[in-house]
Amino acid sequence: MSPIHDQSYRRYAGTRAKLGSAWTVIAGTGIRTLLARKWFLAVLLAAYIPFIARTIHIYVVTMYPTAGQVLPVDAKMFMQFVEQQGFFIFLVTVFVGAGLIAADRRANALQIYLSKPLLRMEYIGGKLAILGTFLVFVTVVPGLLLILLQVAFAGNLEFLKANLHVIPAVVLASLARVVVASVTMLALSSLSKSTRYVSILYAGVIFFTEAIYGVMRVITGSSRVAWISITANLENVTDVMFRQPPRYDAPVIVSVLVLLGLLVVSISVLERRVRGVEVVS
Amino acid sequence: MAEFSVQLDKVSVSYGTNAALSDVTVAFPKGAVGLLGPNGAGKSTMLKSLLGFIPPSSGTLSVLGLNVAERPLEVRAKLGYMPENDGHIPGMNAVTFVAYCGQLAGLPKADAMQRAHEVLYYVGLDEARYRNVEEYSTGMKQRIKLAQALVHDPDLLFLDEPTNGMDPQGREEMLELIRDLAHNKGIDLILSSHLLPDVDYTCDHVVVLNKGAVAASGSIDSLKGDAGRMFEVRVKGAPAPFIAALTAAGMECLETDEDVMRVIVRGAAAVQGEDQRRICELARQSGAQVRHLRASVSTLEEVFDRAVDAP
Repeated sequence: MSPIHDQSYRRYAGTRAKLGSAWTVIAGTGIRTLLARKWFLAVLLAAYIPFIARTIHIYVVTMYPTAGQVLPVDAKMFMQFVEQQGFFIFLVTVFVGAGLIAADRRANALQIYLSKPLLRMEYIGGKLAILGTFLVFVTVVPGLLLILLQVAFAGNLEFLKANLHVIPAVVLASLARVVVASVTMLALSSLSKSTRYVSILYAGVIFFTEAIYGVMRVITGSSRVAWISITANLENVTDVMFRQPPRYDAPVIVSVLVLLGLLVVSISVLERRVRGVEVVS
Repeated sequence: MAEFSVQLDKVSVSYGTNAALSDVTVAFPKGAVGLLGPNGAGKSTMLKSLLGFIPPSSGTLSVLGLNVAERPLEVRAKLGYMPENDGHIPGMNAVTFVAYCGQLAGLPKADAMQRAHEVLYYVGLDEARYRNVEEYSTGMKQRIKLAQALVHDPDLLFLDEPTNGMDPQGREEMLELIRDLAHNKGIDLILSSHLLPDVDYTCDHVVVLNKGAVAASGSIDSLKGDAGRMFEVRVKGAPAPFIAALTAAGMECLETDEDVMRVIVRGAAAVQGEDQRRICELARQSGAQVRHLRASVSTLEEVFDRAVDAP
């Protein structure tokens, strides 16, 4: 038996990255792969339509202050913008997040990933970074840009001085949505090998909790049960961040605890599901 | 420099109440080592424990002198793993996939891409490197799994059933690659397989697992030697009395395919021709006529059978 291949294998003598940086490879590759898809770029651009509308709004109010009597530029406006982006958070989360782990599980890729020098947390971190980056791009980035544009159009810092809390509020309210959406979606993605099923599951979790809350509100005649809905919990927390009167009777601390509980459950699911081997009991 | 590539010290691994490995203590010497065993013997479990996928319930595993439990990342940086099941990163062509694996293992992007081209050429996928891995045939998938395991130039390779599903020519080529890696490229490897000819062709040493325990281990040559002196015998007449006579004389009849039986003579090496004379004498006493008597070479299959059948 003679070898038919040119035996060209040679040893590698080059440099190697420090251990612990593999998550950046996962994140970078994932982000580049998604940006190469035209339909996804279209979704990202569409996510900036509200930003453009708000920019015009701010410009008009700055140029014609009387317009502010109808559509004021205040902390509430920025809060509404953050909440409006919820629709695009949902779209991006479903498009990007559903397949992040599900596709790897379908292709048996976890055993490939985890046979390399990376921890499970690095794998999860890399996948979270992919989704998180795009969600930050459609929430935190336009939110902060709007604040900058307000200052630029006004030519002074009067609004900012009077509403300094808006900057951390925009960042924190956006990040709360980013973290809840990405961690929840990643956990759901680890539960199945079907991207489509994960998408439906995520939509179900969001809309089902909202629907249950709607029914319970009608039955009890009170919004004290708003903690049932993930969206309502985020809105409840957002009201506090923007120093707005609460729109629900549910205590904010309960909403915070529910969201934290959701994160803990999701992380626990990820810890159990992201493994190099599937052990069938 | 460690004498052994892999060492297990009193390692036990369980899936729930089922013990996959029971108090296993074994050392894999450097070079090419075959990990043999019937299905369910614990071969894949052992490899996955060495990779850190499955933590042992007790015992210590070390790879290239590093404790797997304490330094899993450093262990995996020196390892290449070719899994038994098909696996790839979805949506990538072969060269992107292999380069990505190189980057995951710490290679800079440019180096990873260069290495990807090289190893794909080495495993015979150079012309298919721009095709999506999902479109590959079974044999090509085996090759790409080897390529991703090699891209970062590991010191030790774990190959789990590398010839599964391959056609005869593909299997021959894969075995050539494995043999070349172990004997010419200086890469230690552990080849887990239930195909004895694969191990016999590529490996120098073997560890035989059975029911989660080590049934035999050592160099293939020495294990074959331990099998005793073997003879192929064909007799005319009823074989039963002859077999009984051989057994009574402390010899062993391994198989009786058609009319040929294999007789193993144990103990110290006899004077040249003494074994043959004893067999002929026993045949005469039991009324059988010897029609064929030839010294035979012990095979790995016999080593395996002996190890697995041992009480």
